[in-house]
Amino acid sequence: MTEARKTKAAIRPANGRLAMTTPADLARIEAWEYAPAPEARDYLAIQPRYELFIGGRWRKPKSGRHFTTINPATEETIAEIAEADAADVDRAVGAARAAYDKYWRRCPPAHRAKYLFRIARAIAERSRELAVLESVDGGKPIKEARDFDVPLAAQHFFYYAGWADKLEWAFPNTRPRPLGVAAQIIPWNFPLLMAAWKIAPALACGNTVVLKPAETTPLTALRLAEIIEQADLPPGVVNIITGSGATGAALAGHRGVDKVAFTGSTEVGKEIARACAGTSKRLTLELGGKAANIVFDDAPLEQAVEGIVNGIFFNQGHVCCAGSRLLVQESVHDVVAELLHRRMQTLRVGDPLDKNTDVGAINSAAQLRKIEELAQSGDADGCTRFQTECDLPARGFWYRPTFFTGVSMSHRIAQEEIFGPVLSVLTFRTPDEAVEKANNTPYGLSAGVWTDKGSKNFKIASQLRAGVVWSNTFNKFDPSSPFGGYRESGFGREGGIHGLLPYIEARP
Amino acid sequence: MTSRIEVRKTLKLYIAGAFVRSESGRTISVQAKDETVNVALASRKDVRDAVRAARTAWPNWRDRSAYNRGQILYRLAEMMESRRAQLIEACRAAGLTARAAEKDVDEAIDATCWYAGLSDKIEQIFSTKNPVSGPHFNVSTPESTGVVGVVAPLASGVAGLIAAVIPPLCGANTVVCIASDADPFSTVALCESAATSDLPAGVLNVLTGRRSVTAPHLAAHMDVNALGLWDCEPAERKELDIAASANVKRVHGYKAEDRSAALMRNPYRVVDFLEIKTTWHPAGL
Repeated sequence: MTEARKTKAAIRPANGRLAMTTPADLARIEAWEYAPAPEARDYLAIQPRYELFIGGRWRKPKSGRHFTTINPATEETIAEIAEADAADVDRAVGAARAAYDKYWRRCPPAHRAKYLFRIARAIAERSRELAVLESVDGGKPIKEARDFDVPLAAQHFFYYAGWADKLEWAFPNTRPRPLGVAAQIIPWNFPLLMAAWKIAPALACGNTVVLKPAETTPLTALRLAEIIEQADLPPGVVNIITGSGATGAALAGHRGVDKVAFTGSTEVGKEIARACAGTSKRLTLELGGKAANIVFDDAPLEQAVEGIVNGIFFNQGHVCCAGSRLLVQESVHDVVAELLHRRMQTLRVGDPLDKNTDVGAINSAAQLRKIEELAQSGDADGCTRFQTECDLPARGFWYRPTFFTGVSMSHRIAQEEIFGPVLSVLTFRTPDEAVEKANNTPYGLSAGVWTDKGSKNFKIASQLRAGVVWSNTFNKFDPSSPFGGYRESGFGREGGIHGLLPYIEARP
Repeated sequence: MTSRIEVRKTLKLYIAGAFVRSESGRTISVQAKDETVNVALASRKDVRDAVRAARTAWPNWRDRSAYNRGQILYRLAEMMESRRAQLIEACRAAGLTARAAEKDVDEAIDATCWYAGLSDKIEQIFSTKNPVSGPHFNVSTPESTGVVGVVAPLASGVAGLIAAVIPPLCGANTVVCIASDADPFSTVALCESAATSDLPAGVLNVLTGRRSVTAPHLAAHMDVNALGLWDCEPAERKELDIAASANVKRVHGYKAEDRSAALMRNPYRVVDFLEIKTTWHPAGL
């Protein structure tokens, strides 16, 4: 990138308009073509059909229905998945309640810890299989599934295993007690990791769970059910049921549930809040975001561009905390846009199972349509579109890494969560204006700040209304680090000691 | 026959540091011990005015040092102590016995003092430096949620009101409180203590009248971030929860027993109205 900066002046036309990447640049980049490096999947056993994991057994759905899950990179059907209806939800909640009363609430905390350690270890042992499955079912690059999703899921179980028998130390002068049965509904962007984020703290605190993975990505959660079987957890402590939004609604609305934890869109989160209205159910919501990634003129720009790329193109931008609004100080706007455009040309878009792939497949046809529709609104609003110039596979769901310049706060692409690899670039002049624009959405999940001046960094970070602030970095996660939103991005934290609180009753 | 004609007090709303009549011009007549009092009946517009006052006051309150906020809460306890007789008399006007009124006011003053001392401890109790696996400095600290709507306990007396409003104030939030229908007397007396403490205008706003009129508007207001709901019947709670979902408010419900002195002195009461912010920074050369 240093070289890129040096050559900037040379490629910049006299009229001052953005030069972006020239054909000569592209030719240089293409000279670095990599040979295919596909991850083998032949050892990965996938059953043709999966049932519901209820009470420690695999049960056919009472609904009698199954749906298919496909590989979004090829549109091929992978397996048939049971669709749980209200009767199946009832059975799963009943199994979780029975397990809570019969085993789990009586289980010594140190034993709970050991079960969780077992799960953590089994995830690590079966990590390759899980990574390939995650990539095949969801479309994410294998290098992300392998290096991020799966190891972090294992670490999450390991981290919370250690808390299970130390809750009195986490919440002194309270008598931490479990809540009972937790209903947990998770999204399709990090299927296994979200399952770990939900199940690990719930079990550590002594609750039993019914987990519903997303309709388009059920396979790794079902593989986790196998791991839980292997770990010999008492039957019914973890129940995993598959289905659509209707299944999730039935689960959140079930009378036998003491706690509802949801990760997904703000729209559905509000519906879940209404479904829980007037009940004694405890609720935590981890919802959408429209994070500002603020780049000041004194930032290390090459590092910032890496952070911008990671912030918006990681996992195809299917990230609730994605840095989807780039707020760049006016004086460095053109430099940043040019560096970003050039860096984007080096992103390899394509086969998620190729170990060199940076950007994989869009998770579903529906999501692709949503991304396309919002990006078109950017065109219609008069914003300027820049994309990665690359070939896309003929089949599957794909979207080129994209950014728009000339975006203003009122544009839809600056307000609505796109949940795809589309970045909106806005400018600001003063720090106050940056903070004002950053906070000017109903969301408040995450934010980024790039500046080499420490005092400025502290000041801006403290003024941002967001649950996670990445200073001179972006999209970092750790089991010990609490994650969750302000305002309409939800409430409650996952990760760290703070992530225990949603799963316990702590009063004197 | 009395030797002089006493000056009677109009019971008004407390918004933005001023005592104001309801913009609606409406009042309700409430029978006190030996007189009929006209109490301001807060309207939807009064709710909006109060929320605006609270939102305006929030940055100032939030950005003060926790030590300074603690001093101001302590000043409130001082004002309540010096107005103890007035507060007791107000509780008696609302129907408490002499003994109950004294106990109630003492509890309220002592709880305020307890929270004054908690103000600059909260961040230390609930902050963490997180041992992340990587070259990053990672800390989590609590911050205020913003504007908190409070629906006060039903029972008469100041202790309930203090139990409802002091924890969010201690957490650097600003508050719009809907007082108990039954007891405008001690409500207004407490507001007078607040007005003469150094609590900045708009940090605490209190509406009298009927909670059935104002609470739904407070719960639905898009610039309110959280709700503390006391003594709600299931149907009322459901209505307020549904209204609160419009902007994902944090809703916390409390029952009468949560007012007990032991349960009152609990830092988690403040945590109900805090957000945890986690900040990452690379550590390296």
